[in-house]
Amino acid sequence: MNKKRSLRFLAVIGVLSLVVAACGDSGAEFEAGELGAVTVEAGEAIQIRSLNAISGEVAFLGIPNERAIRMAVEDYGQIHGHDVEVGAGLDDLCSAEGGQQAAQTIVSDEQVVGVIGTSCSGAASGAMPIINDAGLAMISASNTSPSLTSDLEGTAGENYYEGYYRTAHNDLFQGQAAANFVFNNLGLTKVGLIHDGDPYTNGLTTAFENAFEELGGEIVIHTAVTVGQTDMVPVLTEVAAAGPELIFMPIFPAEATFIVQQAPGVSGLENVEWMGADGISVENFMNLPESEGMYFSGPDTRFAENTNEATDLNGAQFLEDYESEFGEAPSADFWGHAYDATTMLLMAIEEVAVVDGDTIHIDRAELREYLTGISGFNGLIGEISCDEYGDCGAAVISIFQHNNLADHQASKSNILYTYPES
Amino acid sequence: MSLDPLTRRWGLIGGAIMAFTGAIGMLVSFDERILISPILSLGYLTLLLAPAIAGHMAARGKVSVLEEPEHDVAQGAQKGLVAGLIAGVFAVVFMLAVNPFDLSEFFPNINDRMFDMMTFDFGLGLGSVVLIVASALAGAAGGAIYGLDDEPREGVFRSAIWVILFSLFELVVSDVIEVDAIVDLIYARGGGLHIWSAIIIGVLAWWLGVRYKGRRAELTQMAKDSEAGSRLRWSLIGVAALLVIVLPMLVGGIVNELLINVALFILMGLGLNIVVGLAGLLDLGYVAFFAVGAYGMAVLTSPLSPAFSPELNWWVALPVVMVLAAIAGVLVGTPVIRMRGDYLAIVTLGFGEIVRILILSDWLTPFLGGAQGITRIPGIPLGATSVSGTSPELFIYMTMLLVGVAAYISYRTQESRIGRAWAAMREDEDVAEAIGISTVQAKLLAFVTGAIIASFAGALFSAKVGTVFHNSFDVLVSIIILVVVIVGGMGSIRGVALGALILIGVLGGPKSQGLLGEFAEFKLLIYGAILVYMMLQRPEGLLPSVRRSRELHQEEAAQDAWLDKKGSFIEEPEASV
Amino acid sequence: MSTEVAPEPVRSRRFKFNWVDGFLWFLRVAALIAIVVGVVGSIQQFADGEGPSAAAWRDLIVSSISTGSMYGLIALGYSMVYGVLGFINFAHGEVFMSGTMVGLISATMLFENGFWDSNPWISILVVLVVAMITSTLVAVAIERVAYRPLRGAPRLIPLITSIGVSFFVQYSFAGLFGVAIRNYPPAPSQLSGNVDILGIPIAGTRLLVIGVAVVSMIGLWYFVTQTKTGSAMRAVAEDKEIAGLMGIDVDKTIVTTFAVGGAMAGVAGLLWALLFRGVDFLTGFLPGIKAFTAAVLGGIGNMPGAMLGGVLLGLFEGVGPQLVLAGLGIPAVSQLKDAVAFAALVLVLIFRPTGLLGERLGSEDRV
Repeated sequence: MNKKRSLRFLAVIGVLSLVVAACGDSGAEFEAGELGAVTVEAGEAIQIRSLNAISGEVAFLGIPNERAIRMAVEDYGQIHGHDVEVGAGLDDLCSAEGGQQAAQTIVSDEQVVGVIGTSCSGAASGAMPIINDAGLAMISASNTSPSLTSDLEGTAGENYYEGYYRTAHNDLFQGQAAANFVFNNLGLTKVGLIHDGDPYTNGLTTAFENAFEELGGEIVIHTAVTVGQTDMVPVLTEVAAAGPELIFMPIFPAEATFIVQQAPGVSGLENVEWMGADGISVENFMNLPESEGMYFSGPDTRFAENTNEATDLNGAQFLEDYESEFGEAPSADFWGHAYDATTMLLMAIEEVAVVDGDTIHIDRAELREYLTGISGFNGLIGEISCDEYGDCGAAVISIFQHNNLADHQASKSNILYTYPES
Repeated sequence: MSLDPLTRRWGLIGGAIMAFTGAIGMLVSFDERILISPILSLGYLTLLLAPAIAGHMAARGKVSVLEEPEHDVAQGAQKGLVAGLIAGVFAVVFMLAVNPFDLSEFFPNINDRMFDMMTFDFGLGLGSVVLIVASALAGAAGGAIYGLDDEPREGVFRSAIWVILFSLFELVVSDVIEVDAIVDLIYARGGGLHIWSAIIIGVLAWWLGVRYKGRRAELTQMAKDSEAGSRLRWSLIGVAALLVIVLPMLVGGIVNELLINVALFILMGLGLNIVVGLAGLLDLGYVAFFAVGAYGMAVLTSPLSPAFSPELNWWVALPVVMVLAAIAGVLVGTPVIRMRGDYLAIVTLGFGEIVRILILSDWLTPFLGGAQGITRIPGIPLGATSVSGTSPELFIYMTMLLVGVAAYISYRTQESRIGRAWAAMREDEDVAEAIGISTVQAKLLAFVTGAIIASFAGALFSAKVGTVFHNSFDVLVSIIILVVVIVGGMGSIRGVALGALILIGVLGGPKSQGLLGEFAEFKLLIYGAILVYMMLQRPEGLLPSVRRSRELHQEEAAQDAWLDKKGSFIEEPEASV
Repeated sequence: MSTEVAPEPVRSRRFKFNWVDGFLWFLRVAALIAIVVGVVGSIQQFADGEGPSAAAWRDLIVSSISTGSMYGLIALGYSMVYGVLGFINFAHGEVFMSGTMVGLISATMLFENGFWDSNPWISILVVLVVAMITSTLVAVAIERVAYRPLRGAPRLIPLITSIGVSFFVQYSFAGLFGVAIRNYPPAPSQLSGNVDILGIPIAGTRLLVIGVAVVSMIGLWYFVTQTKTGSAMRAVAEDKEIAGLMGIDVDKTIVTTFAVGGAMAGVAGLLWALLFRGVDFLTGFLPGIKAFTAAVLGGIGNMPGAMLGGVLLGLFEGVGPQLVLAGLGIPAVSQLKDAVAFAALVLVLIFRPTGLLGERLGSEDRV
C-alpha cells in the first residue's frame, strides 16, 4: 500500500501532515522478519479482530463464539502494559465472499496482529488467501472442513494456507468417531445419511461414509435435503426405501425439526435409530419430544473441570459468567474453542513481543511459528497441541443419547462413547 | 385551536413509525452506531427523524400546484409541534401498552433495551415525558424548517445532509485521509464525529453552498448545453474518466473491495437492463447466467475442478464462458418466447432456481463439486502477476474494463436497429411484428446479450473470490439486480450505475456488506421500503432514460393522469447514457 | 410496454415451421421420453422389490395431495387478484405467512393453559379464525397502501411494488418475531392417529387438511357464484369500466377480492401449521412462489384451475422425483424436488400455454 501513499497525500490538507511527521519514527533497533512486524506505541492498544457468522440463520453458531472471544480478551488482561482491542465484530456471512470482504477490512488496518474466526468453513476459504498474504495468523473455533488443514495423514488440504489454525476438530475425526460408535457400539451395519448441501454437513456425511465403509458397514443411501425445505415426506420415503437401521443427519435445527416431526407419517421408518451432530444438539431442537432417544455426536463439552492455563478460568465458571452476562446458555458448542483460541493468540503475542520501553514489536512470522509450536497447552477444551497444518483441537468427540427432555445438561452427560478411545 | 386532520394524520404516522422501528429492534441496533460523539447515535436520529418528518409534512399541508406555498416559521413550528406531540404520545402509549406484559416470548425485540433506548435511559415514568418533549421539539424543528425561506431551508438541509454523510461514511473518509492524526481530529476514537468537527462541517457545507451556488448552476447548464461530440462534452467525459481511474488509487483496500461489489452489480444491472429495460422481458431468474459464468470459469480454470479440468488461462476461458452463457440464454429464452409477459416472470424465476438446485445437487457433484463448491480458482493473469481478490486495488480495474465493455454494448445497441426493434416490441408486440420485426429473433438476442454480460460478472466473481459455492446464486440475487435497475432507472446506463452505488455500496448486496454494516439485519426491509416508495412516487427511477420516461408518460390517458397526479414530470430531456 | 402486452399465446404466426418450433418439439419429445423411461424404471424397481414399498407410496401420495391442497388455497388468492387487477401479487405469500405467524401466538397461549389438549377442535377453530383475520387485514392493508395508488399504472409497476411489499412484510415479521423458527404445539392426539378410508389408513391431520381445503373451496365457489358480492367480483374481473357503469363500486369490490384471497391464505396458514408446525418469517416465500406456479398451471384467473393446479403441483414435486428421477438412476432425488416443480411448470406451459383448465381473464387482459 505504500506505493500509493504519495497519491493519497494529495487528499490531505498539507498543513496537518506536519503533525504526522512529528510523531513518526521510533524503535529503530528492532528488525522485522520476512512477514513484517507490528509496532504498538506507548498507550496504544494491541489490535486483534473477531470474524464470525453473527447474522442470519447461522448466528446461533457465531454469536457465542463472538462473546467468548470478548470474554477471553477481558479475562486475559493487558499484555506488556497494553490493552487488547477487538473492535466491532466482523460478520463472515457464512459465505466465501463474506469472508473475503471481512478479511479485506481486517488487513486494511496494518496494526492488526491476528484474527479469531471464521465460523463457517466456506468463509475461511474466502478469507485465508488475504489473511495469509498479509502475514497474519487466524485461529478458527468452529471450522471443521478437512480441506482447510489436512487429511490427518500428512497431506495438506486443498484450501490450506499458512497462518491458519483451528481449535475445532477436523470432520474426519468426528466422522471416524461416529462411524466407530455406530458400527462397534450399536452393532449396526446399514446407515442412511442426510446432508443439507452445506459444506460442513456434506463434509461430515462424506467422512462418515468413508470411515463406515472402511469398518465394513454399508451406506444404503446418501441423500440430501435443501435449506429451507419443509416437506420432508418425499426425502424420508426415499430413505425408508433403502432400509437403513440408523439415519445419521448432521444438519441444522430447522430442517432436522421437520424431519423428526414428519418421520412418524412415513412407512418403513418405525424401527430406525436417529443420530445427529453438534448442529442440532441445541436447546430448541432438544426440546422436541421427538428428539428424545436420539444420539448426538459432537465435541466433548464436559469442560467444567478443565482450566484454561492462561486465565485460570474453568469451564463451569465460564458458563456461569456467560449466563450472568448474556442471560442465556451458549447456543452452540464451540464457546470453549473460541475462548481457547483467543487465549492462545494472546499468549503467543505476549511471548513473541519484543519489549522496547513502552513500545512493543510483534513479529508476524515469529507469531505463526509460536502458534505452530504450541504443545500441551491446557485449555477449556483440554490439552491443545498444534500440528504442522494448523489442527490444534484437543479433539475429543463424544456421543451421547438424549434421554432427558427436561434437563439437557443431564442428557449431554449421558455419554455412551468418546473418541479417541482411551 | 382545532386540530387539523392532516396534522393528526402525520402525527399518528410518525408515532407509528417510532413504535414500529422500536418493536423490530431497529432503534436498538442502530444505537450502536455513533454519529456525533457523544450526543447522537444513528438510533436516536432514526427515532427523532420520524416526528421531524411528520412535523415537516404537517407544516407542508396539502400541496397545490396553483398556489404559492406559504412559508411561515412560527406557523410551521406550531403545526410541527402538534404533529410531533401526537407522535410522541403515540409512541409512549405504545410503550405503556406493551410494558405490563412479558412479550419477549413472541416479540424478542420488545425488551428492556428497547424501553431504555426509547426512554433515553430515564426509566418509563420520566422517560415518557422526555420522549414526548423530544418528539414535540423534533416535530417543531421539522415544521419550522418548512417555514423557512428557500435559501436558509436549503442551507439547513445541506448542512444536515453533509454532517450525516460525513458521520455515516467515516470508513471511507478515514480510508481516504489515511493519516491517523488527521482522522483523529475529525472523528472520535469510539466512532462518530466530534461535536465541533460536526459544527465545522455543517457551517462549511452551508457556506460553500451559498458561495458556489451560481457556479454550480452554471456548470450544470454548461454540461447540458454541450452537444454530443463537441469539445466541451469530450473534455467533461475526459475529466470523468480520469476521476474514475484515479479514484481507486486514492482509496484503500476496503473501499476498493466495496467498489468491486458495486461494479459487479453494475455489470449485471446493465445486462438485465437490456432484457427488462430495453426489450421489456421481465426476467426474475437472471442469476442463472451469473452462475453459468462463475461456474464456467471455475471449471475451466481451477486445478481442483472435479471432473474436467483444463486449467485454462482466464483470458482464454472468457470466450468459452461467453459461448456457454449464450447457449444458456437460448435454452432459457426459447421455451418462454411465446409466453404471456407475466408467465415469463415466474418461468424465468423457476429456471434460476433450477440452475442453483442442479449446481448443488449430489447428481452433478462429480462435475461441479456440489456442496463443497470449486476452490482454488486462480486470479486473472496480467503480465507476470495474477490479479485476484487479494489485491482489490488492481482487480477494480479489471471490473471497470468489463463494465466499460458492457456499457459500450448497451449504448450501441440502444441506438442501433435492434435497439429500436426492442423498443417497438416493448411498446406493442403485435404492432412490432406487423411492421416486420422478428420478435423471436429480437427476444432471443436480448436474452443472449443479457446472458453474456452476466457471464462477465460471473467470470470476474470466480477469479475474485477464488471459490464458488451454490449459495452465491440464489433467487435473492436476481431480485436485487432487478431492484438496482428499477431504482436507478430502467433503460438508463447512468441510472443502473447510480442504483448499484446506492444500494450495493451503501446498503449492501445479497452476500456482501455495504458501507453501513449496521443495516445488514434491516437491509432487505429497507430495500422493500425503497422499492415501494419508488414505485409510488417515481416509477421511472432516479436517473431515467428519456425514451422510457416518455413511454411512461405517453401511454394511455389514464396512465398519464396517474403519473401527473404524482407530479413526477421529467422537465429536462436528458441523454440516456 | 410489452410485459403487459399479452398476445394470445398461440396465435397465427408467419413462421410455419422454424427452429423455435423445432426446439420446442424437441423439448416436448425429450421430456416425454424421459418421463416414460423414468416411470418404467421405477415400476421395474417396484416389481423387483426395491424402492419404496406400497405403503410408502401411499403415504407419499396422501402427503403430496395434502401439501398440494394447501398450495391450492394460496393459489386462489393469486388467481383472483390476477383476474381482477391483472398483475402478479408477489406479496400474497407474505399474507399467508402473517396468518401462520400470528396464529402461532394464539396456539401457544392455548397450549400453555392446557386448552389445546382438552378442547382440540375449539382450539383449532380459534387458531383458524385468528389466522384468517390476520391474513385478511394484512391483504387489505397492502392493497390500500401499495396497490390502490397504482390503479391504472402500467402492469409492471404494481408487480415490482409487490416484490417490494413482500420484502417489507417479510423483514418486518423477522424484526417483530425474531428470525428463529418456532413450532406450533403438536396436533392433538385425536388427530395424530390414522383414519381408515375404504380400508386404507390415512393420517388424521392430512385428512383434516384435505377436508378443510375442500370445504373452503366449496364455500368460496358458493360465494363467488351465488352471492351478489360474488357476481360483482366476476363483473369487475370481466371489465372494470363497464362494471363501474353498471353501478358496481369497483374499489370496494377489489378490496373484497383481496380480503377473500387473504382469508383463503389464512386458512392455508392453519393447514401449514397442521402439516409442518414450524414457522418463521420466510415461511411464505417458497409456498408463495409454488402457489403462483400452481395458479399458472391450472390456468390463471380460473378458480377450479387454481385448486387443481395446487394438488397437481403437490403431486409433481412430491411424487415426481421418486417416480421419474429415481427411475432414471439419479441419486439424492428429493434434493431436486423444487427443480421438478419448476420444470413441471415449464413443460405444462410448453404443452398448454394457457394452463390446464385455460385462463379466465377480463376483456382488457385478453387483448
